[in-house]
Amino acid sequence: MSKKAYSSIEDFEKSAAGLLERRRSTRDRPSIIVAGGTCGMARGAGNIAEAFRQQIARRKLARKVLFRETGCHGFCQAEPLVVIDPEGILYCGVGPDDVTEILDETVENKRIIDRLVFKNSHDGRSFPLEREVPFYRRQQRQILSQNRLVDPRSIEDYVAIGGYGALARALQRDPKHVIAEVKAAGLRGRGGAGFLTGKKWEFCRDATGGPKYVICNADEGDPGAYMDRSVLEGNPHSVLEGMLIGAYAMGAQEGVVYIRMEYPLAIQNVGIALEQARELGFIGRNVLGTGFDFDLSITRGAGAFVCGEETALIASVEGRRGMPRTRPPYPAHSGLWGQPTNINNVETWANVPIIIRHGADRYAEVGTQTSKGTKIFSLVGKINNTGLVEIPMGTTLREIVEDIGGGIPDGKEFKAVQTGGPSGGCIPAGHLDLHVDYEGLAEAGSMMGSGGMIVMDENTCMVDVAHYFLSFTQGESCGKCTPCRIGTRQMAQILARIKRGEGTPEDLSKLEELAETIKETSLCGLGHTAPNPVLTTLRYFRDEYEAHIYEKRCPALSCVDLIFFEITYECVGCGICIPACTTGAITGEHKRVHAIDQEKCLRCGTCFDVCPPKVAAVVKGSPAKVAVS
Amino acid sequence: MNQTQQVITRITSKYGKNRSALISVLQDVHAAYNYLPEGSLDIVSAQLAVPLSTVYGVATFFKAFSFAPRGRHVATLCTGTACHVRGASTLLVEAETRLGISPGETTADQRFTLETVNCLGCCAVGPLLVLDGKYHGQMTAQRIAGVLEGG
Repeated sequence: MSKKAYSSIEDFEKSAAGLLERRRSTRDRPSIIVAGGTCGMARGAGNIAEAFRQQIARRKLARKVLFRETGCHGFCQAEPLVVIDPEGILYCGVGPDDVTEILDETVENKRIIDRLVFKNSHDGRSFPLEREVPFYRRQQRQILSQNRLVDPRSIEDYVAIGGYGALARALQRDPKHVIAEVKAAGLRGRGGAGFLTGKKWEFCRDATGGPKYVICNADEGDPGAYMDRSVLEGNPHSVLEGMLIGAYAMGAQEGVVYIRMEYPLAIQNVGIALEQARELGFIGRNVLGTGFDFDLSITRGAGAFVCGEETALIASVEGRRGMPRTRPPYPAHSGLWGQPTNINNVETWANVPIIIRHGADRYAEVGTQTSKGTKIFSLVGKINNTGLVEIPMGTTLREIVEDIGGGIPDGKEFKAVQTGGPSGGCIPAGHLDLHVDYEGLAEAGSMMGSGGMIVMDENTCMVDVAHYFLSFTQGESCGKCTPCRIGTRQMAQILARIKRGEGTPEDLSKLEELAETIKETSLCGLGHTAPNPVLTTLRYFRDEYEAHIYEKRCPALSCVDLIFFEITYECVGCGICIPACTTGAITGEHKRVHAIDQEKCLRCGTCFDVCPPKVAAVVKGSPAKVAVS
Repeated sequence: MNQTQQVITRITSKYGKNRSALISVLQDVHAAYNYLPEGSLDIVSAQLAVPLSTVYGVATFFKAFSFAPRGRHVATLCTGTACHVRGASTLLVEAETRLGISPGETTADQRFTLETVNCLGCCAVGPLLVLDGKYHGQMTAQRIAGVLEGG
């Protein structure tokens, strides 16, 4: 269906008022929302949405009940999620078989199905309403809250919640005033470095030459961070609107959304959004009849972490190897095709319409002195409530991990939280009262990064974590500059040696020396920050390194070369572990104590996991070298 | 014009013959064949008027491109941080042992290609194994064999 483009701002505002009114008038009607982001889909949300659609059609409920398949709501742990409005009832772990019951009981008879309600893992308390669930209650979801309100494939849905209103507003103002507003809001880049967005825009606006470009950096490469994916999948128009406002303010006529190829659903939804925005006249020539021309396209990444760095990203958009170059000149002066270019991250762009809609003053009320607004974190790893968490800057780590995250599973002990991805560091339990903002994290030796928070417990070995990240950066180093190419390799090799129990006392000082050199002499941010995971773990967990080196012991019982598995006399000879062992290392007769052939054992821990808890005959230990008399 | 040339002509005409389309063109060629066949780089180079060395440079730089035919089934293990702390490295050893190949390799019978990925952002269901685009969460060493049997 082809729609007519809005010819003027008045034309758009009239239509938007109609959509707004329509939504208001149906506000009290029962609606069913299924969260269909990638994580929901991975757990079967697609089947559930389909079941609802079929039943609604069969029961001829389409006029009585609204149905919406949205992007991710952020509470990934409890997927697949279904929300029933207007009450705001939240159902977790829903299966296709629950659909009939939800329609009969909850939608028709207004009764809550206790089985599907969220329950605390520690005290069993149940929370039928979405807004009361502890995971959501402490958040302030300026950006993410929109995800549940819109079908990402419907521009009308976005307009009906006020979408593109900020663009219309900006287009009626002087571009310099728009920049002043973003500056006054204090918005800082959400991609990691935290540079003042308004200032960056000003550089690009003031740069001579053109055409100018704006780029959305959606090459979200930090493992464990996926807030950008969620925003692009669930509310792509908010990002496009931010880019349009920025392009108008900076005088740019072309834009690129650079999305990593690992996010197929995001690429798809942004593509649909682009076409819709073009059709309605938000993108293209003479936007909303104001004389502002802007065109936008998508570039797919091709699997290179370094392309998250802005100069490497530009090289890749130009069809070259994604290698960074020295700065200055900064992209604001010489970016895409040598022209003034502004690059912001997805979440940064998504903040822009909020600032223009509510004004800088209201935006700046949230957050700390130097870090304004909210930030989305992905709280993952060894944590009960995995998901996306949007909180005011300045919230303490303790609130995030304990109150929102619900603590550590299986009664294990919290060890550290890793922030900032491969550029960041590990923050130990002693710093849980740290206020999370750009400065707070930097003081602790870590960084904001794109907002990944990976929680680690007593079974996570910090030497292994450091090795993991250094292997990662080593593999992703583009190879252009020597310190990063060779330095990270040396560090990864030393760490591998320590992990194997072959480390020497000099290794620690060697690591520190290499780290300093790489930090100071690398070409781009990838190298500058690559040693951080090692430096922070050395700072806070030196004892673990020393245990590996001096005692040939892995305190977390994690490093395979330093641990062993043994079957004790508790063994009842049930035989479960024998076929479970991939290498056939376990032998033993029925009802006789089994034994593990240490030569064949890979230390994968499968026997440890399959041994029935009431028997618990498999033990894990370290050091590997047990003294034999 | 041979078949490969025809396929590539269709792809390059979609993007226009400029060098900035190079990565997109290679991605589409890769999607069409599931790898970059021998000779395809020459054709791309000629059609986009980009030196072969540049095409080769780009094709070897990005992880998305493979020069060897991939298996009928692609098993991708997520090795993101969240999956790692939940034991992805053990699962990788398990998958390698079961299939007898390392990441990036294909079994001799062309049945499986094993790959790793930095992060798919499905950390809540980690560790994660993806078989032919289907996500299998909460993966364990015991379950890998069963999932691979399905492929």
